[in-house]
Amino acid sequence: MNTAAVKELLYKIADDQLILGHRNSEWTGLGPLLEEDIAFSSMAQDKIGHSLTFYELLHEMGEENPDKIAFLRKSRDFKNCQLVELPNTDYAFSLIRHFLYDTAELQRMKLLANSEIDMIRERAAKVKGELVYHTMHANTWLKKLGNGTEESIEKMQVALDQLMPYALGMFEPSVYEEELVKNKIFAGEKILQDLWWNDVRKIINSTKLVLKDISDYPVVFGGRTGEHTNHLQVLLEEMSEVINIDPNAEW
Amino acid sequence: MKSYSETEVLNLLKKVMDPEIPVLSLVDLGVITKIEFFKDKGVTVFMRPTFIGCPALHQMKQDIETRLYGEGFDQVDVKIVHTPAWTSDEISEEGRIALKKYGYAPPPKNALIEDIDILENVPCPYCDGINTELKSPFGPTLCRSLHYCRDCREAFQQIKPLS
Repeated sequence: MNTAAVKELLYKIADDQLILGHRNSEWTGLGPLLEEDIAFSSMAQDKIGHSLTFYELLHEMGEENPDKIAFLRKSRDFKNCQLVELPNTDYAFSLIRHFLYDTAELQRMKLLANSEIDMIRERAAKVKGELVYHTMHANTWLKKLGNGTEESIEKMQVALDQLMPYALGMFEPSVYEEELVKNKIFAGEKILQDLWWNDVRKIINSTKLVLKDISDYPVVFGGRTGEHTNHLQVLLEEMSEVINIDPNAEW
Repeated sequence: MKSYSETEVLNLLKKVMDPEIPVLSLVDLGVITKIEFFKDKGVTVFMRPTFIGCPALHQMKQDIETRLYGEGFDQVDVKIVHTPAWTSDEISEEGRIALKKYGYAPPPKNALIEDIDILENVPCPYCDGINTELKSPFGPTLCRSLHYCRDCREAFQQIKPLS
């Protein structure tokens, strides 16, 4: 087993979850209706829990403890895709991101639930069960607002067009791609993207939203190799405010 | 201190309730996976989370410690484990009855949770009718969803099925 390949895989998964978890949590207290406030807050809790479970595996492989990994790295050390770090704008933006991301996340966990590595397989199987509720939530709202009023359809379409290039950046291939596939650790980003695109099309085609051909969208890569927008550093500073003031604080 | 068997410790833990669901013990919730004894008065309790991100986990740990220290153990270790993973089928029959009595619909058993349908028409814990609707898959805690019964016009919660 190539340790560096496995670590890179785990880092990108957990970093995506941690950062999107924090973005989701920014709706706590501000959701457009109570149930949605609760939904985004719950998904935030789930996602941060999921990141912890994968950071724990990294810790078992000799990396720092989960708190240090989560709060004391610089943005260039994060392997999350840029999709998850973009600041929330309106609710349509957060819903579309949630839909595009969680559709991929569920498929990624399904693939990893067949991994040759026991500890990855076990954690992925568990996370997969919980994620069903995230995609359920996303699909419900996509269908509601994507078939809703002129205004809701317009807002969702704008968010979809804006986020598709970033969503495609989720599947930026790793330098270890071949290694992971060959050793049956992970089926690879290409297969994942195809599964994702199928699911995305199915839902979007049941709405009044319009998808272009996949090759007609530009692609924003970079996140997986530590290239980020400035938004990530701002978010990390906010997340690590307490630990930076008092590294041993307990609460 | 008298010496305890695993069953006796489990019986003690039947008095430690889920911090969010006061009628359901941690044993009936199915999160305690193993008990081990060490030295004269040491005990290790292996516990797994329901939902991975459950923030009540630390409270559960403390409640177990308080209970067992109170019984005379001089070292109580609660170890969080991830395998075998918890599923909602692990809730005991006794636990399911307690949940329903409390007004929470127990999760369907052996559910294949692939679609939203699983959460529609959940039997109402008050009137047993199935003329109910899902209001949201996310409720006050990670493990509960929100429902409404059109027959008896009561809002209720379900413990979410999890596979």
